[in-house]
Amino acid sequence: MTGIQHISTSRRIKDKFVQGLVYLAFALAVVPLVSVLWLVISNGLARFDLDFLTHSMRGIGARDANGGAYHAIIGTLEQVLLASLISVPIGLFTAIYLVEYGRGGRLSRSISFFVDVMTGVPSVVAGLFVFAFWILFLGFEFSGWAGALALSILMMPTVVRSAEEMLRLVPGDLREASYALGVAKWRTIVKVVLPTAFTGIVTGVMLAVARVAGETAPLLMTVFFTNSINNDPFTGPQMGLPLFVFDQAGRPNDTAVDRAWAGALTLILIVMLLNLVARLIAWWRAPARGR
Amino acid sequence: MSKQIQVSGLDAYYGSHKAIEDVSMTIEPRSITAFIGPSGCGKSTFLRTLNRMHEVIPGARVEGKVLLDGEDLYAPTVAPVSVRRMIGMVFQRPNPFPTMSIYENVAAGLRLNGRVSKSQLDGIVEESLKGANLWNEVKDRLNKPGAGLSGGQQQRLCIARAIAVRPQVLLMDEPCSALDPISTLAIEDLMAKLKDEFTIVIVTHNMQQAARVSDRTAFFNLAEQGKPGKVVEMDETSRMFTNPSQKATEDYITGRFG
Repeated sequence: MTGIQHISTSRRIKDKFVQGLVYLAFALAVVPLVSVLWLVISNGLARFDLDFLTHSMRGIGARDANGGAYHAIIGTLEQVLLASLISVPIGLFTAIYLVEYGRGGRLSRSISFFVDVMTGVPSVVAGLFVFAFWILFLGFEFSGWAGALALSILMMPTVVRSAEEMLRLVPGDLREASYALGVAKWRTIVKVVLPTAFTGIVTGVMLAVARVAGETAPLLMTVFFTNSINNDPFTGPQMGLPLFVFDQAGRPNDTAVDRAWAGALTLILIVMLLNLVARLIAWWRAPARGR
Repeated sequence: MSKQIQVSGLDAYYGSHKAIEDVSMTIEPRSITAFIGPSGCGKSTFLRTLNRMHEVIPGARVEGKVLLDGEDLYAPTVAPVSVRRMIGMVFQRPNPFPTMSIYENVAAGLRLNGRVSKSQLDGIVEESLKGANLWNEVKDRLNKPGAGLSGGQQQRLCIARAIAVRPQVLLMDEPCSALDPISTLAIEDLMAKLKDEFTIVIVTHNMQQAARVSDRTAFFNLAEQGKPGKVVEMDETSRMFTNPSQKATEDYITGRFG
């Protein structure tokens, strides 16, 4: 039997030391985040104006100071929207299968395996695949749609993984409660499981959107490139914000570099805005808010 | 509204593991039947076979017959969903749907099966909440989330949800084990009231509760460790607690083992 023990000085010191290490690690992790934001905002503000947001690069000479990213903003929004329209339903249904129906069978295990493989596919490869298959083999033209196809390949595994995780978090109790009321399985999934996991799934989808919105490599080979506004994602080359940044940053003039920074700032703002909207939707869709 | 359940030669399995063996009993309508016995002896498993909830667990299956007023629940053409509409269930832990309000929770069974108008629904929700002795506590906040209620209120909400679909039988799997004595009393009073309308089956670890509320009691036990559970004895509750015919029952009830 030992009595009540007091915390020794050495343990106290160790505790403080480790605590300090944790704070230090946190500070180190925040440094790149803050510095990236600082750089992008301070450099991007120079050209971040209405002119930039409402004009394309059509007819802008090499040394002209104006011109903007309107065509790229339109392109990015359309491509990401189309990519989401493809990958969110497929990803969500895959996750539902894995969690609710697969039950660790051979099919669900192989699906899981291939989803993992897809997560590891470099974005260039996704672009190359669409380029080789959709454009060279099937003979379609460069278009926003081709870009969306490439992006959806990158988006799908992220959506599957996050939706799967969220569905697994829904307690089995709730499914049982629903079954015990004589509710069929698919209705239980639609009316009980999905609403319960809704907020988490939305967050997961937004992370996937944020990931693909900044992809440059797959766009290079699929939407090609343009300086003009093209509202139709199904015909002709489009632009995307990452491409815009990549292009402008590579030009030798200060005006172009300013446009690149402004483009990067726009991209960050778009992703943040989408996140905000998603959070609002999630908050508004959760009837059980407040007590 | 109330139906009799007849079980004969029922075995239940989890994969290759046999959890209960050769259970036969008759559960009378408009009465409360209690299942008692040590943990892991298959009471809950048996309860879940009565409304085909057992098979929800992967690999679980059942052999034998369960007749609801003569109709075999395990006949190949019977839809498990329809069985569960007739035989409701209340679980050990209160599990209201977290995304739904109090009103929606009670209405869930009817709404999710899609067959009632709004005005009808209002009536049924009120009636069910009154039936579960919860109406007076929640009538002013029907649109508040069900998860915001206390544990005892949540459990009564779950009972209201179960009786809203007008089942013939109500199965209760240790409905009071997570509740304080006052909430427990509220639920026991409720059971006494509900037995006028429903056949009630309750699994409980609380001997006094079984003695207080039930009309008949079945004692489950394992023949020995690792063997499937069996019904040792089933009789009128008064006789079970005063003069059981089996030594094992007496030992268990008087607290000599288990």
